[in-house]
Amino acid sequence: MQLNSFQQQALDKQRPTIEKFGRKSWAWTIFFLLWIIVGGYALYLQIADGHIVTGMRDNVVWGLYIANFIFFIGISYAGAVISGILHILKVEWRKPIIRIAEMITVISTIIGPVFILLCVGRLDRLHHLILYPRLQSPITWDVLAISTYFTGSVIFLYLATIKDFAIYRDAKLKVPKWRQKLYKILAIGYRGTPSQKKHISISMNLMAIIIIPLAIIVHSVLSWIFGMTLRPGWHSTIFGPYFVLAAIYSGTGVLIMAMWVYRKMYKLYDYIQDKHFIYLGYIMLVLGAAYGYFTFSEYLTDWFGSEKWNSEVIHKLFSFSEYGWWFLFANVAGILLPIFIVAFPKTRKPGWIALASLFMVAALWVKRYLIIVPTLESPLLPMQDIRLEYVKYSPTWVEWALTFAGIATFFLFFTLMSKFMTIIPISEFGDKEKTDEKITKPEAEVVPA
Amino acid sequence: MKQEEINDRSRRDFLKTAAVATVAATACGSLACSCGGKKHEHAASGEKVKLLSPDGQMVEIDSSELRGHHHASIVSSAEARNGIPGRKFVMVIDLARCKNARKCVSACQKMHHLPIEKEWLSVKLMKDNEQSAPYWFPKTCFHCDNPPCVKVCPVNATFKRQDGLVLIDNERCIGCKFCMAACPYSTRVFNWDEPKQDVDIRDLVATPETSVPSKVGTVEKCDFCPDMVRQGLLPDCVTACPNGVFYFGDENEDTVTNGDETVSFKELIKDRSGYRYMEDLGTKPRVYYLPPKDRQFPVERGYDNLPDDMKARYKDVMEEGKK
Repeated sequence: MQLNSFQQQALDKQRPTIEKFGRKSWAWTIFFLLWIIVGGYALYLQIADGHIVTGMRDNVVWGLYIANFIFFIGISYAGAVISGILHILKVEWRKPIIRIAEMITVISTIIGPVFILLCVGRLDRLHHLILYPRLQSPITWDVLAISTYFTGSVIFLYLATIKDFAIYRDAKLKVPKWRQKLYKILAIGYRGTPSQKKHISISMNLMAIIIIPLAIIVHSVLSWIFGMTLRPGWHSTIFGPYFVLAAIYSGTGVLIMAMWVYRKMYKLYDYIQDKHFIYLGYIMLVLGAAYGYFTFSEYLTDWFGSEKWNSEVIHKLFSFSEYGWWFLFANVAGILLPIFIVAFPKTRKPGWIALASLFMVAALWVKRYLIIVPTLESPLLPMQDIRLEYVKYSPTWVEWALTFAGIATFFLFFTLMSKFMTIIPISEFGDKEKTDEKITKPEAEVVPA
Repeated sequence: MKQEEINDRSRRDFLKTAAVATVAATACGSLACSCGGKKHEHAASGEKVKLLSPDGQMVEIDSSELRGHHHASIVSSAEARNGIPGRKFVMVIDLARCKNARKCVSACQKMHHLPIEKEWLSVKLMKDNEQSAPYWFPKTCFHCDNPPCVKVCPVNATFKRQDGLVLIDNERCIGCKFCMAACPYSTRVFNWDEPKQDVDIRDLVATPETSVPSKVGTVEKCDFCPDMVRQGLLPDCVTACPNGVFYFGDENEDTVTNGDETVSFKELIKDRSGYRYMEDLGTKPRVYYLPPKDRQFPVERGYDNLPDDMKARYKDVMEEGKK
């Protein structure tokens, strides 16, 4: 394929990142693998000995795993919604960051469902979900929605990468034979003819339109696992939109963090510019405010109405001897901090915004935990149980090990994928010459703090 | 009454006696049962056993009348899903008679081969508000007509039958625990590890009607003992109760019995102001409660003779009551 000067520049810049698997990459890979092995051992224990090795018991039947499940499906919104919406709106500055966003989506949509499988007591009977499906169950909705969403996300990522695969194929990269062959297969004969261009463009537009409602459905049905029950703190009509919003919000946060890491690691300052952080920061600010509004509305209603069961959950969240500090952290770091960091010009810098994202993403993880556990610890009938582990949930090392294994898998997949395809999509430069210049012309460089 | 003496003994004795009393009560209850269609036929062994009946009499019965546990189901799994045609099972729990003797709990555990800590049936100490007096509250599965647990099951492992029972097929259950999260009454329990049951029990074929044997990684709960009902016998908790707290029967026939007396279900509910627990949740339970009015026992009676670990459960309510 004929490359224009901008594309050539982008390719030359990133050539080493996909050609070489350096010592650093190996070190990280081994580090992540070690975590995954520990997680594998924990999983073995859980399967061999039963769920007794977890902290979950008859009252708190779900714990860390479900929180991780919501979290990972949540951050998958980076690609689906952010990149999907920006695609439909034809926002040109999105181009250098869509690859990262869509990689986050695909990877976290693989990892998320693994965590719900960890909650399942009989993995050997998973096929029952297909043999005896019941459409009434929100879990069936989840199975349908997530598998469709995952397929859609993979197609979306692939469509956006076909042109790049063609470029890798023709660029004579110094990579093993099998990879060259794979690029050739994945490029499915793309030569950049007008008809091919048109088809990809139409498919991309279609997928962008499909992926957004799909993503909204996924997190809505996920929230309805909780919303459809008669439990205090869960049985809420705003749970669907609340979860969707939190998901887009946390997805934006992870996207910003990933951008910051890769820009620093691969020195991609020409492509991932300060404006990307600032624009995404603005999006984060708006989402944060909306998320804060939802949070306020949800807890104000429960607190003001003060029904018996709701009050019990609210009391647990507000009292510092129980979940008070965590609740405070979830709201300060999850709502106020990103808003203030982006609002003040002084802190509206890539480093600060990435730091705020880090806190925000952590806070949203905590929030998911606070949605699950306090409610399950507040059954409608008095527990009257003296077995401490039945009354109060505390995750065991097995659950933590698998949680960290999940995070390690995320990083590992990211490392491997970024060695297989360039972080900055090369083909995106040059389709429209006018906008290109804007994208590739480096603005005043500011090295992040 | 002799049952009071039983309560005065140590925990170990309590359990041992409970086991014997359970067997006795079950055997006697089966004779007294009037709700079943046909009576279960036993082949007399000729060997007589002396036992204590629910009203404190020593009785001598044929050893073949003794039921050790729930045996393999007498119906197929498909039939067990369907239910018994024409029936609408219902339970009435008389809170005025309960004194936390806990015979129901131990009988249920024995019959279903459950360990001591696993309670399909539990007795809570309730205190509705600051002014009201505490009372004992035996809680079975409510077999709701609008069951939140059944709605959420992704594989139809838990289901509602035409005779009103909500059962679990533990060969179908994938152990997602969604039903446990959905049940507002915390009725369901999970097999967190391999159940410690005898080999001959473990080898039985599990069907939804027996709920035996337990399976690791699956959910289980009170099932109203439908296998016994099919044989014309009362559920274990009903027959084990020394105070006749539990009435079991058929809403279609409008009869319920606690083993001692058989009464009209509608009249019992009408005369004694029967209610369903947390009616406002809209789950439509099949278990009715008679309010703890004109109680037969002071509430402390169910507390004083308990082992310490059991006492600790009710500490909060009891200590508040003493103030």
